[in-house]
Amino acid sequence: MEWEPKIVAFFCNWCTYGAADLAGVSRLQYPPNIRVVRLPCSGRISPKFILAALRNGADGIWVSGCHPGDCHYIEGNFYARRKFELINNLLAFMGLEPGRLHFSWISSAESTKFAATAQKVTDAVRALGPAKRMVKVPVFESIPV
Amino acid sequence: MSQPIGAVLVAGGGIAGIQAALDLANSGYKVFLVEQQAAIGGVMAMLDKTFPTNDCAMCIMSPKLVEVGRHANIDILTLTDIESIDGVKGDFKVNLRRRPRYVDLEKCIACGLCAAKCPKKVDDRFNQGLIQRKAAYVLYPQAVPLKYALDAEQCIFLRKGKCGVCAKVCPAGAIRLHEREIRQTLRVGAVILSPGYRAYNPAGLDYFSYGAHPDVMTSLEFERILSASGPYGGHLMRPSDRRAPKRIAWLQCVGSRDQNHCGNFYCSAVCCMYAIKQAVIAKEHSEHPLECTIFYMDMRTHGKGFEDCFNEARDKHGVRFMRHRVQAVRPEKESGRLALRHLGESGKVQTEHFDIVILSVGLETSPELRQWGQGLGVELSPGGFARIDDFNPTATSRDGIYVCGAFAGPKDIPQSVIEAGSAALCAGADLVAGRHTLTVRAATPSERDTRGEPPRVGVFICHCGINIGGVVDVPGVRDYAGTLPNVVYVADNMYSCSQDTQNTISAKIEEHRLNRIVVAACSPKTHEPLFQETLAAAGLNKYLLEFVNIRNQDSWVHMNEPERATAKAKDLVRMAVAKVLRLSPLSEELLTIAPAAMVVGGGVSGMAAALALSRQGYPAEIVERDSALGGQARHLHQTAKGDAIEARLGQLIAQVQADPRIRVHLNARLTKVEGFVGNFKSTVAVGATETVIDHGVAVIASGAQESLPSEYLFGRDERVITGLELDQRMKRGDRRLARLRTAVFIQCVGSREPERPYCSRVCCAHSIVAALHLKELNPEMAVFVLYREIRTYGEREALYRRAREKGVIFIRYERERKPRVSATPEALEIGVVDHALRRPLTIPADLLILASAIVPYRDEQLAQFFKVPMNADGFFVEAHVKLNPCAFATDGVFLCGLAHYPKPIDESIAQAQAAASAATVLLAQRTIRTSGTTARVDLRVCSGCGVCVSLCPYKAPSLKTQGPLAGKAEINPVLCKGCGLCVASCRSGALQLQGFDDGQIMGMIEAA
Ligand code: FES
Repeated sequence: MEWEPKIVAFFCNWCTYGAADLAGVSRLQYPPNIRVVRLPCSGRISPKFILAALRNGADGIWVSGCHPGDCHYIEGNFYARRKFELINNLLAFMGLEPGRLHFSWISSAESTKFAATAQKVTDAVRALGPAKRMVKVPVFESIPV
Repeated sequence: MSQPIGAVLVAGGGIAGIQAALDLANSGYKVFLVEQQAAIGGVMAMLDKTFPTNDCAMCIMSPKLVEVGRHANIDILTLTDIESIDGVKGDFKVNLRRRPRYVDLEKCIACGLCAAKCPKKVDDRFNQGLIQRKAAYVLYPQAVPLKYALDAEQCIFLRKGKCGVCAKVCPAGAIRLHEREIRQTLRVGAVILSPGYRAYNPAGLDYFSYGAHPDVMTSLEFERILSASGPYGGHLMRPSDRRAPKRIAWLQCVGSRDQNHCGNFYCSAVCCMYAIKQAVIAKEHSEHPLECTIFYMDMRTHGKGFEDCFNEARDKHGVRFMRHRVQAVRPEKESGRLALRHLGESGKVQTEHFDIVILSVGLETSPELRQWGQGLGVELSPGGFARIDDFNPTATSRDGIYVCGAFAGPKDIPQSVIEAGSAALCAGADLVAGRHTLTVRAATPSERDTRGEPPRVGVFICHCGINIGGVVDVPGVRDYAGTLPNVVYVADNMYSCSQDTQNTISAKIEEHRLNRIVVAACSPKTHEPLFQETLAAAGLNKYLLEFVNIRNQDSWVHMNEPERATAKAKDLVRMAVAKVLRLSPLSEELLTIAPAAMVVGGGVSGMAAALALSRQGYPAEIVERDSALGGQARHLHQTAKGDAIEARLGQLIAQVQADPRIRVHLNARLTKVEGFVGNFKSTVAVGATETVIDHGVAVIASGAQESLPSEYLFGRDERVITGLELDQRMKRGDRRLARLRTAVFIQCVGSREPERPYCSRVCCAHSIVAALHLKELNPEMAVFVLYREIRTYGEREALYRRAREKGVIFIRYERERKPRVSATPEALEIGVVDHALRRPLTIPADLLILASAIVPYRDEQLAQFFKVPMNADGFFVEAHVKLNPCAFATDGVFLCGLAHYPKPIDESIAQAQAAASAATVLLAQRTIRTSGTTARVDLRVCSGCGVCVSLCPYKAPSLKTQGPLAGKAEINPVLCKGCGLCVASCRSGALQLQGFDDGQIMGMIEAA
């Protein structure tokens, strides 16, 4: 079978998850490469989730929350953005291609933006091919004998 | 009056009756829900999808059916007729005739053996006679109550005295062949009538060949054909030869807007939208290209989101819209197709061939229903519906009897639901002194202690009709789930949210000692609470559930890739199982609700909401930006029924001012809103003084305004005015109006344009009322209405007719060819291309009235204060378009009036009362439970750094000041909203968000 990128997505319950639901209601079509982890707020996202996903073989990561100022919990998304910036820099430093990490603001009414972003993220990750850099590989496989 | 009886009888178990019953039962009243058929559900249960979002009707209705079915304070009385009502408000005696079911409700286990063995086949009326059922039957597979019944008119035993096979095969001994009809009298304080409507029967219109050929059918028959639980299992076929159709035609206004043939002069208000919906769905269902054509007079897409739907159907889905009159439909022997002869505006007659012809039949009240209503003392309108008053939109002419749904005029589901709320509010308000006197508290079973048990996971996968099952290989996913660790039970269900599946889940939890549940179905945002309740009812902590979204985020968005959608569903189920294994039971805190409301906006809606809340016994604070109460209604002259608005508005304002429970803040601004449902704290500023208000709920009634046009010389020539300005002049009794020789109205000014795509809903009726008034002032005056589509929905259609009779001239124009306006000192000159003559025409006019759009205020700050969303047009977005049209997804915040969408006064007041009803449901609980999803500190790990304290916007964390653990953090679970911000920021890893802890999320990530 042809290789298909696997993208782990972290969505806040109130905005982006709602947009994803609405995209369904509107029957917008987008590629089926995204595996969603629903969280109460983008502020819940810890950098270690992103690392864990990459280590477990995700080819791309997509974090999305409410627009600035619209966070259901007032300012969780501002903190999320800061954390995301840091992990982004760190991963770039470690040699991860920037196109694997995506961040967006999508409100619960923006179903079209959701579907378009899903397409964009998938295309970007697909263009980079499988992510190998951080995948946890059993030791005996990585040491040549 | 002595203490009123704290019970209400709701007559009719369709969606309106169901909603009214729930509102009342949840605010402290005993409810008797009386239904003539063997199960509740009404017409909505027959529908496949609902417009404009194409949500599956059964999916959104099921949670309500289930809630009614299991509610401790609602008694459902099926197969029951109301014979008469004696007594007065507060103490009615309702005389009932209860027809036998011949099946013991307590004993029937709905196994279906009786139907399987029953020898008598009869037409299945629920499926519009398209297939047959047995004389022993359930109305539909998800029926509530899910109990069999014997059809008294058809059963062989009941008619001829022999057979009785059902009694022999019934394993539960539930058949009661000798049951008799009984009479019963119920005492209640108020009555709500929601008997619904019947679809117009086109059998009399022989020129459409209805009844003569099976492929000519009504829209309701086609709805059943589209339905996954319908006669063809959702496969699109024509009845004559079960072949897939290639061309389908819809004929609009059959049984509506047609005094001559059917006697129904009114517009049925819903047919345009349902035809669009059916055309789009049919195209979706069809395996090969399908041509859909809708023949119509005016497309009436006047509701929220309707115009978008219309545009998309035409531009994106390629539905063909023909403004043609269909003269005849004739079956052709040779081709087996239907020849349809139609007449265009140009007068040319054409014949085309179709495989299916659908008659978009209207809504009407049957003569029996009219008689019944009148017998109960309810006066009727000219169209045969219950007569109501614009300012009291759900009260009938008999005090204490209210009405909602299609019996109060043809209408769609959201409007029915709104009226249900309004009727419930009024009925409840009559009986406040009897509140909680006849209700019982639902007993929740004690919770099973699952600690220490090894995980035993049950996975339930939903087909959702064909919504999921049509794309995803559901049995495949089910079998896959069975291979996952710790999964001990798997099942797939047609509709997981239906009452019977809910019961099955409960039973399976017991039978297999399940202690973790995964449901793969639609969206947790709409359905998680329902399943949580089922867990609780089965004695399982409700947080031991994980919900997988394989519909909105899978089958619906990957329709063309079934294999990959199935793979995705498997992955998502695997992730959920990984998470559910790591869940543990959570506990909730009890919180008292501040028994007061804040109403933002002092227009008609805001005032009606405040008065409604006050009648329920709750104080309300109105915050109004303007210097006076009244809002837009201050500028209006007459309602569509011809009531003078000024006087009625004056009464409303006086009532508000005299109400001791209502406080009005004029020239006021909200400057701060803190807190959440049950305990809001809002700061209101009037000039330099600030007041802090504590309130448990908020109602947003912030209104909208008339847009000022930029076209047609508006603002440059004083003979060009807006509709509101004309109303002002009429109110003032401006003498100059009678002297006008020619007045011209232009409709859709600023509405239905690419930059403002919605229809402003009220302008057609409003302009026609004004046109009629001008004609009254001076019958010689030439009055023109230039329109794109006349949308006088419901009984407003009478206005349109009357206007034409009185000589008002209607000329249609196209958006691409707008009227042109130029000015000379003597007159305005209005050029327009006449649609009938197809010739340019110039009208010299003394006055040009522009029906300009209604535009929202786009109050971003208000939206942020209450965390409520706005759509692209700037109107606030309700929690659910169909079934929750007056609440926000944010708990404790409600919505009504123009802030939601343009609407006339009667609809605004109904929505205000419905919003108040929903708020009352909350306030009457007195306490609410906080969520168990809160943060927790592991004191062994906490270093006391205080980051959580500084981060949390709700001040939930603090550092202990006393005891041996002083300096360490603690979380107040009542204040914690469960966002997890502190958890993600804790440097020691001492904080965890219960229900979303690191282990659970990591589990999902690893399984992804
Ligand atoms: S809730 Fe969406 S980002 Fe916070």
